[in-house]
Amino acid sequence: MIENVQIEELYKQMAQSIIDGEAELAVELAQKSIELQMHPLETITKGFVVGVNYIGDQFGKGEAFLPELVMAGEAMKAAVATLEPELLKLGEAREMMGRVVLATVEGDIHEIGKTLVGTMLSASGFEVYDIGVDAPAEKIIGKALEVDAQIIGMSALLTTTMVRQREVIEELDKEGLRPRIKVLVGGAPITKDWAEKIKADGTSEDAVGAVKLAKQLLGKE
Amino acid sequence: MQPKLTLLTDEFIDRILDEAYQLLLRPGIKVQNAEARQLLGDSGGQVDEETQVVKIPAQIVKKALESVPHEFYLYDYDGKPVVHYGGDSVHFDPGSSGITMLNPETFEHETTETSHLIKLLKIAEQLPQYDAQSTAVICHDVHKDIHDLYRLYLVLLYSKKPVVTGAFTNKTVQQMIDMLVVFAGGKDALREKPRAVFDVCPAPPLIWSNFGSGNLIALARACVPAEIVSVPLAGAAAPVTLLGAVTQHTAECLAGITIHQLARAGSPIVWGGAAAIFDMRKGATPMGAVESAMLDCSYAQVAKSLGMPTHTYLGATDSKLVDAQAGLESGITAMVGALSGINMISGSGMLDFLACHSAEKLVIDSEGIAMAKRMIEGVKLHTEHLATDFYDSKINFKGGDFLKQKITMQLFRKEQHLPSNIIDRDSVRGWKESGGLDAFGRAKIRVQELLASYAKPELDPIKVADLHAFMRDLAKQAGMDSLPAHDLSPAVV
Repeated sequence: MIENVQIEELYKQMAQSIIDGEAELAVELAQKSIELQMHPLETITKGFVVGVNYIGDQFGKGEAFLPELVMAGEAMKAAVATLEPELLKLGEAREMMGRVVLATVEGDIHEIGKTLVGTMLSASGFEVYDIGVDAPAEKIIGKALEVDAQIIGMSALLTTTMVRQREVIEELDKEGLRPRIKVLVGGAPITKDWAEKIKADGTSEDAVGAVKLAKQLLGKE
Repeated sequence: MQPKLTLLTDEFIDRILDEAYQLLLRPGIKVQNAEARQLLGDSGGQVDEETQVVKIPAQIVKKALESVPHEFYLYDYDGKPVVHYGGDSVHFDPGSSGITMLNPETFEHETTETSHLIKLLKIAEQLPQYDAQSTAVICHDVHKDIHDLYRLYLVLLYSKKPVVTGAFTNKTVQQMIDMLVVFAGGKDALREKPRAVFDVCPAPPLIWSNFGSGNLIALARACVPAEIVSVPLAGAAAPVTLLGAVTQHTAECLAGITIHQLARAGSPIVWGGAAAIFDMRKGATPMGAVESAMLDCSYAQVAKSLGMPTHTYLGATDSKLVDAQAGLESGITAMVGALSGINMISGSGMLDFLACHSAEKLVIDSEGIAMAKRMIEGVKLHTEHLATDFYDSKINFKGGDFLKQKITMQLFRKEQHLPSNIIDRDSVRGWKESGGLDAFGRAKIRVQELLASYAKPELDPIKVADLHAFMRDLAKQAGMDSLPAHDLSPAVV
């Protein structure tokens, strides 16, 4: 039987692999935990999540930077993907903060901001479905219904495409899907006034703020 | 490749040198120190004792230029070479000789005392952009006879960095050298690893004062580095043309180097200055004027053509507040200095024609310096291929693709200078959440943080005790029974 000291050491290595953004190492460590018959959920929460939280914290303080944040997010994704089949076997699922569908609206192909929000949300424990750019209203809503999302996040970089955000919200209202589904809007031209005007549930100017907002909307903070 | 700014063609440099040699003969240099006149006279200079003017022939200048070192280092307390005088090395230090300091709350320019200098020392000690400290402000709470050496005493107590300093008399320069000897552990040790460089100023036009030349001689004999701070004021104390003023600057430097090398050949000396144009509206000497920076860039080119180490005064402003004018004048001129490859650039932190210091400005200027230093690092090759290897199989034509590459994480710090939070790149939300401050407001906070995080340097207690005793003696001679109390003053005086 594996000793507690070894497990603690392994948790440390897992956290470090996320901090260093070493996806391959994170996967190796996840596999090792399976071989050692460690509990997959505990492996995630006591090992890998510690690393994500650390790097998120450092980022908030201005001491870690976007490449590190993104690499950590990618490493986290890879580690969780390795452990997910084990969780399914046990009939357990990682408790998620919530499910979010992300998209850049129709006619708009800008996505760096949206991708960052996605990375931050996943790293913070949200289940993120990023359906990419140039997404029409029906595709966004369809995906939200399919995965039973609590939040839709929409990005628009252009003043000419930001109006599409309103179309999606109007469509949701028509279908009676609100307030079941909350809507967050973002992008360079998006202001608080705009968000209020189109009756969105909130907007943030950056990825860190978006995570905070998403947690608040779901009463997780 | 270190990018360089040059303003003079080779032809102009030749003409400047040629005419500077002519100025050394006609009208000659007024040398107000008898010993310096004697040195020049004994070596072939034509001395008029009545007018004190010496005609200095080219051959003794050229001989001096042959013996003068083309490079040397300043060392920190631990004996590490930190400042390289020579080539195109670039270092910055806070401006010196301030007489007032900006109160960040009242905006008053307060007369400086011991506490002001200590505050500046604590800040500069922790900012890596400053490779050297300077004896930044005069402490008016001590007798004027010890103004210069008391500043050096405080720097030695509060800092481990090399020091840019200067003496105010021929007597005190020797005492300051002795002070450095105490800390270096002997004259030879100081000679081998000099901790400080001494600014020595000729007086424009074409005058080496008794005190200036006396300092040159004392420093040369002790083999402690001297730094000529020639101050042509174009249009008032020098020709109005930039080329004319640089030519006068050249003549003053050549004369200084000659006196210095005649006192002791092979001693280190720097070709420097605080050149400025003369403002024709206010009769002021604007350090933030672009033409002042152009004078500096030009004389540095002349110096480099002779293989001389260089110094200048840039990165300062004439504004009375740490405002937009302060930012643009300081930032632009620091960049010009760095691009000119000047070895020591003094002036950061200073307002009001080098009269007023500001701790907040010192903090903000360090960001401008960081930008200038990044600039002169130039554009570098980090990868075998410039771009093609970045587009691997994982590329899916998305904006964030490169953020996910390990090489981005490995190289972004090498390519990008990461500014402190003095520089605002936040979203409006983030900016508001952190107080909605301007750069000055952020600098005020940073100053408080740095004052809180300052740690006393670990110094040999015997040397420190010797230094205190040495300083007490000099203070007594100046009629002071005790010195102002401060953090690192001895518990029992």
